[in-house]
Amino acid sequence: MLRGGPPGARNAPSLEQINAEVFTLTYGSIVRQLISDFEDIEEVNKQLEQMGYNMGIRLVDEFLAKAKITRCSSFKDTAEVVAKQALPMFLNVSANVANWSPDQTECSLILTDNPLADFVELPEEHRDLKYCNVLAGVVRGALEMVNMEVECRWVGDMLKGDDCYELRVKLKEHRDEKFPYKDDD
Amino acid sequence: MQKPLAPSPAPGTGPTPAKKPTRRCAEVCLELLCVECVRLFHDKQSGPAAAAALEAIGYRVGQQLVERYTRDKPLLGDTLEIIKFVCKDFWQALFKKQVDNLKTNHRGVYVLQDNGFRWLQRLAGPPPPGAGAGADPGREEAARQLALRYLHLPCGLVRGALGHLGVACTVEADPKQLPSCTFTVRIT
Repeated sequence: MLRGGPPGARNAPSLEQINAEVFTLTYGSIVRQLISDFEDIEEVNKQLEQMGYNMGIRLVDEFLAKAKITRCSSFKDTAEVVAKQALPMFLNVSANVANWSPDQTECSLILTDNPLADFVELPEEHRDLKYCNVLAGVVRGALEMVNMEVECRWVGDMLKGDDCYELRVKLKEHRDEKFPYKDDD
Repeated sequence: MQKPLAPSPAPGTGPTPAKKPTRRCAEVCLELLCVECVRLFHDKQSGPAAAAALEAIGYRVGQQLVERYTRDKPLLGDTLEIIKFVCKDFWQALFKKQVDNLKTNHRGVYVLQDNGFRWLQRLAGPPPPGAGAGADPGREEAARQLALRYLHLPCGLVRGALGHLGVACTVEADPKQLPSCTFTVRIT
């Protein structure tokens, strides 16, 4: 079970960078359009998550190509890689992994710096909007590509006055466990 | 109290400090966001409605970006100077290059040509082996239609940018030969 060294030890290999402002503003504009076109906030939340899912399944390829990480076989390792390598690689921010459940199948990804939400204020009438839901989808999509089925839900949102963004990630199924991978085959 | 949902340029009103080093992110994030956004709107709405939605998304962003880029800078002069600003500074900031060619009929129509439009690069794959020019018009037309879907947002960006600078117009894109593309601006 080899990984590419301790998390954070290697510099994130550089992907082509842009000014994050364009990304932040585009995302904000998309959210606004979805609210205008769909009206139902729960539907908007769902569409944001789905959009994120589709992005996540492709971001994984980019990540694995650049990060040169060999198999992460545990959910714990994977969560650390997402927080300490993937997020920095794509968004130049890192997260902490915390609040593990006793059986190690559930944890929190905690961010205090979130480019998606730069300059955003959430009006009272959109209180139920999960503004950053695209991220929940990205995590779900990415992990599905490495055979981990997860459920993500937000339990902390700085746009709603909380002191961090906390994404609760729960492992539902780890498909590798059904087909044991023997290193010496 | 109503607060704008979209990112507001007003410094000091949000939790972020007024001065901050320019934040960067991986370009692939924006690329995939645009691809999935195009897919989402075309899945959920008819072609014209999706096009309008994508254009509207781009329009707001274009306005907001230009507002930032031109803050604390001297006002631009006439329409031509504004169009040139879009062709150079705006294009450079967004697409990492300038427009390659600008033509005008001096009667309110400007054609901006980008020979390697960045946001179409992923669509423009290598030509299939053994295919001559125009070998498969059906496939070329399909590719063109697909490319058009990805151009509504950039058209909105340009229209929003120009609009914010006082130039009301329509913007139409023509993906000539991927990744080359022209944007025709018609002053209204």
